[in-house]
Amino acid sequence: MARFALYLGCSVPVRGMNYEMSTRQIAKRLGIELVDVDGFSCCGFPAKPLDWRSGLLMAARNLALAEAQGLDILTLCSACTGTLTEANHRLKGDAKLRAWANEQLADLGHTYKGAVRVRHVARVLYEEVGVETLRETVTVDLADFGFAPHYGCHYLKPSHIYDHFDDPENPQSLDRLIEATGARVVRYEDESQCCGGGILGFDEETALMVTKQKLDHVTAAGADALVLICPFCAIMYEANQRRVENIYETEYKLPVLYYTQVLGLAMGFSLEEMGIKLNRIKPRELIKQIRELASQ
Amino acid sequence: MSDENEIIDVSDFDPQFRDEIAAEPGGEHIRRCFSCSTCTAGCPIAGVTEKYNPRRIIHMALLGMREQVLTSEFVWLCSVCYTCYERCPQDVRIPELMNAVRNIAVREGHVPTTFKVQLEKLREHGRLHEIEDYENERRAEYGLPPIGEEAEEVRQILAKLGAEEES
Repeated sequence: MARFALYLGCSVPVRGMNYEMSTRQIAKRLGIELVDVDGFSCCGFPAKPLDWRSGLLMAARNLALAEAQGLDILTLCSACTGTLTEANHRLKGDAKLRAWANEQLADLGHTYKGAVRVRHVARVLYEEVGVETLRETVTVDLADFGFAPHYGCHYLKPSHIYDHFDDPENPQSLDRLIEATGARVVRYEDESQCCGGGILGFDEETALMVTKQKLDHVTAAGADALVLICPFCAIMYEANQRRVENIYETEYKLPVLYYTQVLGLAMGFSLEEMGIKLNRIKPRELIKQIRELASQ
Repeated sequence: MSDENEIIDVSDFDPQFRDEIAAEPGGEHIRRCFSCSTCTAGCPIAGVTEKYNPRRIIHMALLGMREQVLTSEFVWLCSVCYTCYERCPQDVRIPELMNAVRNIAVREGHVPTTFKVQLEKLREHGRLHEIEDYENERRAEYGLPPIGEEAEEVRQILAKLGAEEES
C-alpha cells in the first residue's frame, strides 16, 4: 500500500474542507494511506517574496518532518506543491545550501537529508495509480457532463522542478483524469491562464480582472463546471465569483468542483461524503443525477 | 509608471543595480535579457493592465533605475504564474528575478501592507488561516481530524533571519 504524509497547507483545512474530505475518501478507496503528520505549518510561499531564506527554511522544516516519518509528501494545494518542490529541488541539488539550512534547522531540532519526494494528489493519481486503474473504480456514469479543466500554474510550472511530468504548454494529466470518470473534457479559450490569486492581496481589482477572463471563457464554452486542483484557484473562481459578477454586472453561476470530488462521485461516494454541501455554487444537474441514482 | 514624455536624468542611475540584482538568488540571469518581450506578450497581468510590464521593469533595472524599481508597486504585481519562465528564450527566470528585486526592496523597508499582514499571521499561527477550537469543531462536523498550530518554530525561523526588524 502506498503511504504518504498528507500536506494540507493553510487554505485547505479551513477553506477547502470539501477538497480534503474527497481526497481522504478516494485515497482510502484506492488503497493509499494518508498520514497526518504533527507539526506541519505553512509551506513558506508567503515568506519567499520578503526573504527567500525564510521561505526556504519554512519549506525545509516541513520536508524534515516528513522525512523523520520516512514518508513522501502528498500535497493538495498547488502553491504548496510549488514551494515544497522548489525548496526540495534546491536542497537536494546544492550540498552547501543544504548544510546551511540544516545548521539553521538544528536549533529547532530538525534535520533534512533530502530523501523526500513531493507530489500533488492529481500527479499521484495520474502517475502512481494510473488512468486505467481509476477507470475500473468508476461505478457512476458521468457521460452526460462536460467539465472544463483548470490546471493552474504551480501544479506544472516551472516544469524543470517537476521532472517535466506534463507539458506546461499543452498539459494532459487533468484531461485524462477527467475522462477516466466518464465525463467529457470541455475545451475553452486560453486554458492555461492563471487564476490571478497571486496578486489578490496586493491588487484585488487587477486580480479579479484575470479571474473574470476565465469565467467568461468557460461559460462561453458551455461547461457544466470548472474542475480544478488548487484551493487558491477555488477561492478565485468560486469564493470570488459573486464579487466578479457584482463588479462587472454579469452572471455566471458556474459550479466549481475539485477533481477529487468528481472522481469520488464517479466512484459512487455520496454528495455528503464529497462535501458538496460546501460548494457555494451548486452543480444542480450533477446533484440531481447522483440523487436519482441513489434512490434507485 | 512614468509619463512617456518624461525626461529621465541618467545621472540618477545606479549602474551597479544590475550587479546587485545578479548577486541576489533568483536574479542571476538578469543580464541575459535582450528585451524580446516574450514575457510581456504571454503575461496574464500585463494582459489586463498597463501597470505591469515585465520587459519594461527588467529594462529599467538594467538601466540602473534603482529607486524607481524598488519603490514602485509594479514588482509586486507579478502573479508568479511562471508562464514567462517557461517561454523566455534567454532563461531570465523572470518570476525569480521579480522575487529577488522584492527581497532587495524589503530590506530597504518597502513592504506592501498585505505582506506585513501575512507575516503577522505566520508569526501568530504558523499559517495564513488560524486553526483554533472553532475551526477544529467545524472540521469535526465534516469528519475531519483536528489540526494543531505550530507557530513557535515558524516564529523562530522568521525572527532568526531578520524578517522581524525589516517588516
